[in-house]
Amino acid sequence: MPTVLTREQVTAIAALAHLELDGAELDLFARQLGSILDYANQVQQIDTTGVPPTASLVARQSTDRPDVVGPSLDIADTLANAPDADRTRLEGGFFRVPRVIG
Amino acid sequence: MSDAATVRGARDLFRSRARSATDLCRDAIARIEALDPALHAFNTIVSDQALARARAIDKEFDRWRDAPLAGVPVALKDNLCTRGIRTTASSRMLERYVPPYDATVVSRLAAAGAVVVGKTNCDEFAMGSSNETSAFGPARNPWALDRIPGGTSGGSAAAIAARLTPLALGSDTGGSIRQPAALCGVIGLKPTYGRVSRYGLIAHASSLDQIGPLTRTVYDAALTMEVLAGADPADATSAAAPVPEYTAALTGDVRGVRVGVPRSLLEQGVDGDVSRALTAALDTLRARGATLVDVELPYAKYAIPVYYLVSTAEASSNLARYDGVRYGFRANPEPRLPNHDLRQMYAQTRARGFGPEVKRRIMLGTYVLSAGYYDAYYLKAQQVRTLILRDYEHAFQGSGAVDAIAMPTSPTPAFRIGERMSDPLQMYLADIFTVSANLAGLPAISIPCGFTQKPASPQPGEDSSSGGGLPVGLQLTGRPFDEATLLRIADAYERDTSWWKETPPILAAPPRTSDPDGPLGRRDHLAPSDPRDPRGPLAHE
Repeated sequence: MPTVLTREQVTAIAALAHLELDGAELDLFARQLGSILDYANQVQQIDTTGVPPTASLVARQSTDRPDVVGPSLDIADTLANAPDADRTRLEGGFFRVPRVIG
Repeated sequence: MSDAATVRGARDLFRSRARSATDLCRDAIARIEALDPALHAFNTIVSDQALARARAIDKEFDRWRDAPLAGVPVALKDNLCTRGIRTTASSRMLERYVPPYDATVVSRLAAAGAVVVGKTNCDEFAMGSSNETSAFGPARNPWALDRIPGGTSGGSAAAIAARLTPLALGSDTGGSIRQPAALCGVIGLKPTYGRVSRYGLIAHASSLDQIGPLTRTVYDAALTMEVLAGADPADATSAAAPVPEYTAALTGDVRGVRVGVPRSLLEQGVDGDVSRALTAALDTLRARGATLVDVELPYAKYAIPVYYLVSTAEASSNLARYDGVRYGFRANPEPRLPNHDLRQMYAQTRARGFGPEVKRRIMLGTYVLSAGYYDAYYLKAQQVRTLILRDYEHAFQGSGAVDAIAMPTSPTPAFRIGERMSDPLQMYLADIFTVSANLAGLPAISIPCGFTQKPASPQPGEDSSSGGGLPVGLQLTGRPFDEATLLRIADAYERDTSWWKETPPILAAPPRTSDPDGPLGRRDHLAPSDPRDPRGPLAHE
């Protein structure tokens, strides 16, 4: 049975992903994600009883370091790529975003 | 005689003072200026910075003489952060991003005396298999300009194949170094996960990503790995394992080396010319003393669905950072407009900053991580990942263990630009032989092993579009942290073959570039927003 995503499902995923999609994109992704998931469904046939998941291939190793202050990025360098920033106030400046609280 | 189109050759020319770093740099820039308008291998070229750096090296010749990559021009995939040099990941989202720091591999190359000449084209955020998802248009294959160079490190592979630079770096999440290396006829090595620091690599899927070299010779790849590999305090996933002298492993002796061949996996849809080239390559290795052994990788056929579930989940999380706040593109830049709120800004920034393939993967990854689907897709994929890992462990350990596993790198030679863009699933299937090395974290190398056959009776005026003369790659996958054995086998094979010496037609007859509007015409290397884009150019201020 082919997997079909509804427009409502795609809209809900887009909201979770903070992506604004237009009507054509909603229809396209409903179809394409459905066919990709159809293909991916073949993993469901595999018996994985008792098989642990692999999330990472890193051998456990200590990553502790001495708790001392080291160099970090300069504030002006950091703000240089900001779409909007106030570089004049608060010890070197800050990122500016649209109003968050009414 | 030293050949400036190899890393060792260029370095030796510098060492012997036959060519200065400035000469080598100037030559590389001249080649790029002549051929890149047709290839579009570069997003950004930094001639002035490169020449200044080369002059500084020449001025202190004694200090740099013995540096391993002294004076070697290098091209960096445009998802590796370079301080002061625009780093776009071929996305509108980062079109004007200038990193305030260098990736660790970039610092290591600089300390070894290499000279960065530019940033290479790739798929957007390294998502694709053909370089066609680049927001700035695809790079082209030097062997056939109407075909893809492979992806995602397509610009890096094209640059090496066309001799623009002797060394390029790429990154490989599901085959993105090896597949373009195969399709362009060059060497591409994906190291073991953790062998090379990922600090400063723009993240795609963090449990799969690795950085590695693209070169013309195996020696050059080995030499570069001696520079790149090693632990890095800035990347907690980098491994502390000691770095061997890879060039010392290139003995030419593969007697007694056991090479596994997963015959049943290779029954799935491999192009006839690719199959023939693989068989001939295996014969060459056997003639040199290697033993061929059949191996079974029963779960490898599930690698593509597992890869696209795991990698998109990780990508959806990694790409959450592009929110229009700290760097990159922001939609609705005027914060004091009425009816403007933060969530709307995020959603519109991401809608306009990301291209279709990136959106598709963020959507898929968000879906497989969402409540109700996590166990069925993401957890299941991670469990099958364990089974794939065990397949390889079984092959590399115990009785009948092999030292490397041989496969084609890509099931087909380079396809035509545009051929698969309308069907994402068809595009994903191109990665069948490469993704499992990422899922298992294993090192893998692609080396040139032949060309597709020319048609029996070429028609007058017939060109590359006939499908003949396209490079084919042999992939060797090895044990964790055993890049040395892969390099040894690859080098032995290279000694018995001359595929790597073949030159693409673009070098014999450089294309005319006088028509700036032609499909292969000169491109603006600053790659500004396409004014024909119906959404209009993106404003940043």
